[in-house]
Amino acid sequence: MATVSVRQALKSFGTTRILHGVDVEIADGEFVVLVGPSGCGKSTLLRMIAGLENISGGEIAIDGRVVNNVPPKDRDIAMVFQNYALYPHMTVRQNMAFSMKLAKAPADIMEAEVQRAAKILGLDALLDRYPRQLSGGQRQRVAMGRAIVRHPQVFLFDEPLSNLDAKLRVQMRSEIRELQQRLGTTTIYVTHDQIEAMTMADQIVVMNGGRIEQSGAPLALYDKPANLFVAGFIGSPAMNLLPGTVTDRGFRIPSGTLLPLPPHAPANAATYGIRPEHMSLSEDGVEGTIVLVEPTGSETQVTLRFGETVLTGAFRERVQGRPGDKLRVLPDLDLVHLFGPDGARLPS
Amino acid sequence: MTEAAVNAPEAKSTNTSSAQLETMAWDSKSRRFVLLYLPLCCFLIILLFPFYWMTVTAFKPNAELYNFAEHNPFWITSPTLDHIRMLLFETAYPRWLWTTMLVSVCATVLSLFASVLAAYAIQRLRFKGSQYVGLAIYLAYLVPPSILFIPLATMVFQLGLFDTPFALILTYPTFLIPFCTWLLIGYFKSIPFELEECALIDGATRVQILWQITLPLAVPGLISAGIFSFTLSWNEFIYALAFIQSSENKTVPVAILTELVTGDVYQWGALMAGSLLGSLPVAIFYSFFVDYYVSSLTGAVKE
Repeated sequence: MATVSVRQALKSFGTTRILHGVDVEIADGEFVVLVGPSGCGKSTLLRMIAGLENISGGEIAIDGRVVNNVPPKDRDIAMVFQNYALYPHMTVRQNMAFSMKLAKAPADIMEAEVQRAAKILGLDALLDRYPRQLSGGQRQRVAMGRAIVRHPQVFLFDEPLSNLDAKLRVQMRSEIRELQQRLGTTTIYVTHDQIEAMTMADQIVVMNGGRIEQSGAPLALYDKPANLFVAGFIGSPAMNLLPGTVTDRGFRIPSGTLLPLPPHAPANAATYGIRPEHMSLSEDGVEGTIVLVEPTGSETQVTLRFGETVLTGAFRERVQGRPGDKLRVLPDLDLVHLFGPDGARLPS
Repeated sequence: MTEAAVNAPEAKSTNTSSAQLETMAWDSKSRRFVLLYLPLCCFLIILLFPFYWMTVTAFKPNAELYNFAEHNPFWITSPTLDHIRMLLFETAYPRWLWTTMLVSVCATVLSLFASVLAAYAIQRLRFKGSQYVGLAIYLAYLVPPSILFIPLATMVFQLGLFDTPFALILTYPTFLIPFCTWLLIGYFKSIPFELEECALIDGATRVQILWQITLPLAVPGLISAGIFSFTLSWNEFIYALAFIQSSENKTVPVAILTELVTGDVYQWGALMAGSLLGSLPVAIFYSFFVDYYVSSLTGAVKE
């Protein structure tokens, strides 16, 4: 178990800069999720921590030791890859024991470790099978087993669930989280799925274009997104972000509709953010035209149009309405987010 | 049109569009015969006839061989083993066979070893200029042996290798290594990168990765490179003709042509028997590994 510090990490491929000075501090035993759209540099950062990519600038330290020039095998880490990377010509047992075999561990210790990991992951019956004889979820477990037999200081996961179907993904999500809590190993987990990030992380690091947009606890990011990118990225369905200007009577959006503002709203707000779940049906609200009604059972999502501007609301009530009908909705003023012209959150 | 009739219920259930009618007509038996089996048969006959001729001639007594008027040239009435006996006991054929085998196996092993290292370095280590090295190796392959044997002959002489098996063992790799390297580069490319990265994190060195991860997965590629090298070495003619002089050091392709043709007398029976026996090892080799050979040229590693 260890801390991981990334300080001003830079990465360039040729003249293209992928990471522009990234700082992340990870405490001992913490579960950190790097999340962002594809191409944001999250996987590159993980691979730099693993030692699979050179570090073009800055510093990465594991347990206080700078590892910039330390080869992967000496970093005391274990990594789970997106496509599992199981050795196809070895059985599950051989796959899990491979790292110990390379380290010339005694056979009895090797077998004991494999048995322990197999027990934790429920792989006891599959030890003599080959990877091709396993299902997606089982392969995923073997990949994790291969990681835990080594007792590494840090677990690294690179989009481990993206090859699984939706149901299995939810199940493996909780299995990974539970395993991590049980072992207490520092974990860095890369995903593009913000729901995975929200449900699993102690700390989320939101990345975009090779920079960190915001990092913090999942709910802190949800409640107080630092900028438009994080506001739009965290939360599902996504936050409504409406451009417009502040006036005396409210926030005017291009259609001319006035949205209610919280008291003491900053005058330079250029974007009005409200989450779909933070709106209610009310006669005092603003009137829009229904474009789409999507009932999910537990709630109903309604897409409304105000001129050219589209707004989505999610309501506990079962909304009766057809496209073209009028509906009045009211944003919860305590939960309105305002952003300045530069996209940064304005204090309210 | 029986197949079309079988397909009819399926066609009825959906709209019998013109496209469907067309596929039905395409699948009809007579059409398949004319467009598929007939050309295939012609092709097979053209390909296999030389082997048939070789076999028939090898077992034909001289009386039948030189008298087409009274005997059917395509058939044997009284087969004989005379030619084979003469070949095995009155010439140095076993010795030629042994030399050919020795040269082919050694050249193949040598080429495979060098090609594995070269291909792995070019494909996986990605050092500076690796792609140019790959290209240069391929360009070397494009130099025709009929030109290359002249400078090679000088080298073989100066190294004192003339008329020894080493002259061939060391020159055959000049055309074997480039091809094998390219074949293996393609094969290594199909092995997922992550497997090696994973092994790297697991604590393996490059040599351990090559030996324990990459090569076991590249066995089909290695086998097809091996077959290729072995076949080419076995059939090679120009270098063997130029670099070997004494009868007992000759390889089969050269020996049967130089030792079994005396003056203007062609000993057809022995010639053909020699060719037949000489082509057997390659044919046997192929038949064992044909699946690997095909899969390495078309397939990839599956997890």
